[in-house]
Amino acid sequence: MKPYSALLRMRFIALLQYRTAAAAGLATQLFWGLIRVMIFEAFYSASPNRQAIPMNHAQLVSYVWLGQALLGLLPWSIDREMREKIRTGGVAYDLLRPMDLYFQWYFQAIATRTAPTLLKSIPLFVVAGCFFGLKPPTSAPALVAWLGMTVLALLMNCAFSCLISISMMWTISGEGISRLAPPVVYAFSGMMVPLPLMPAFMQPLLNALPFRNMVDVPFRIYSGQIPATLHHVIPAALHTTAWTAALLLSGRLMMQCGLRKLVVQGG
Amino acid sequence: MPGHGHINGMKLYLRYVSISIRSQLQHRASFVMMLLGSLLTTGIEFAGIAALFARFGTLRGWSLPEVGVFYGVINIAFALSEGFARGFDTFPAMVKSGDFDRLLLRPRSLCLQVAAGEVQLMRSGRLLQGGVVLWWSLSNLHLVLTRLGSALLAVAVVTAAVVFTALFIAQAALAFWTVESLEIMNTVTYGGTETAQYPLTIYRPWFRRFFTFVIPIAFANYLPINLLLHHSAPLSAFAVLCAAPIAAALFASAAMIAWSAGVRHYHSTGS
Repeated sequence: MKPYSALLRMRFIALLQYRTAAAAGLATQLFWGLIRVMIFEAFYSASPNRQAIPMNHAQLVSYVWLGQALLGLLPWSIDREMREKIRTGGVAYDLLRPMDLYFQWYFQAIATRTAPTLLKSIPLFVVAGCFFGLKPPTSAPALVAWLGMTVLALLMNCAFSCLISISMMWTISGEGISRLAPPVVYAFSGMMVPLPLMPAFMQPLLNALPFRNMVDVPFRIYSGQIPATLHHVIPAALHTTAWTAALLLSGRLMMQCGLRKLVVQGG
Repeated sequence: MPGHGHINGMKLYLRYVSISIRSQLQHRASFVMMLLGSLLTTGIEFAGIAALFARFGTLRGWSLPEVGVFYGVINIAFALSEGFARGFDTFPAMVKSGDFDRLLLRPRSLCLQVAAGEVQLMRSGRLLQGGVVLWWSLSNLHLVLTRLGSALLAVAVVTAAVVFTALFIAQAALAFWTVESLEIMNTVTYGGTETAQYPLTIYRPWFRRFFTFVIPIAFANYLPINLLLHHSAPLSAFAVLCAAPIAAALFASAAMIAWSAGVRHYHSTGS
């Protein structure tokens, strides 16, 4: 376990160097959040069927801001560094290390997502909370359940992104799949449109897929739409964990196949 | 008098473009996936807007096909300027690596070389999708395009394309000072597209003013399209047809001034 935690720590230290980039990122996220909040505000303000909307305006605003704050945790694409490793042959170095390659990548993925997100999200929570209508969690249990579900979501997200990285062992350029994954994550997680507002006929599909756990479920626990009781949280946590296990397993299997035929590029 | 073997700027640009396109077609499977991805991204986006309309009914009085006109215009324009000026978008990497030095050595316009450096076919996904949404919206509104209407539509697309191209150039110019590419410029390029997919009237006043007087997207958005959709008096249409190109030209000149100032300021990072 020790080498993995060292890997995590190293990534943190490296990423925390880029403070200007983080500040620029924060401003960007605030701007985007504001655009989205204003669009939803406009939809709400004149809607004839406001009563039938399954989320109230305050919950929707919190949902948008949480999305902006935690954007970086999502498996948007494969990590650029991993893509470079596969393309340039850096994989060979990773293979030489006395660690399991899959978990080496997995922990790197976790670190790459966590460090910048922590750096960005804390000031964003403060600014959006003070000025732009982000409410605190509805209760202490909601806070705890939300944090727990966010950690589980992170573990699943990284298993997903590793799977995509590993698929590059076959395509090398990796451009293709890495472009197909983001729209799928964007649409089915709730980042695009909060999932309760999606059409009713899509709900069974959305419930079965893993993506809901990345955004929608934790956010609605936060705003109290899903009550933070064991009755609701346990099934959601199990659903996330089951998907994580499935993604981890298929990632490892794929990696084994990939390594058998791997030709290291470059020299 | 150009010497032997010199070709004019336009011809050179087209040659750059054809090389760039041919190189992208080398990886055909990857290209198809990328095009699909680009189509999927923009297609899903409009489906998302449609889902919101299904829930809320209306957006401050605007209907889905009406918003679709705004959406189509801005996406066509953005795809055009992205296709043309993508080289400026990736330009900071060139400054950082010192590759820009090479361009300075060539006896050709810098803007041309940077613009033509990377022309991405994949962006045609957005162009296609914007066109389809625009066509769908216009036919759903039973809007017969008069000559004035088509002029308004064309002016909207061209104005937006010029504004976005100018923004890409300004973003590249910024890199002469910052060296690092700054994510923050995305707020006005990609953020501007996101914003202008809807009529600007739905936003708060300060925000509307920003996208009218600082970045003149309003001249490609509410001003012409509202006239187009509501058949307003020809006189105001005429005023918009005159004002929009002026606003776009002013904005583009500001970007070009920033670019030349940047080139003068440039110190190589070495390599």
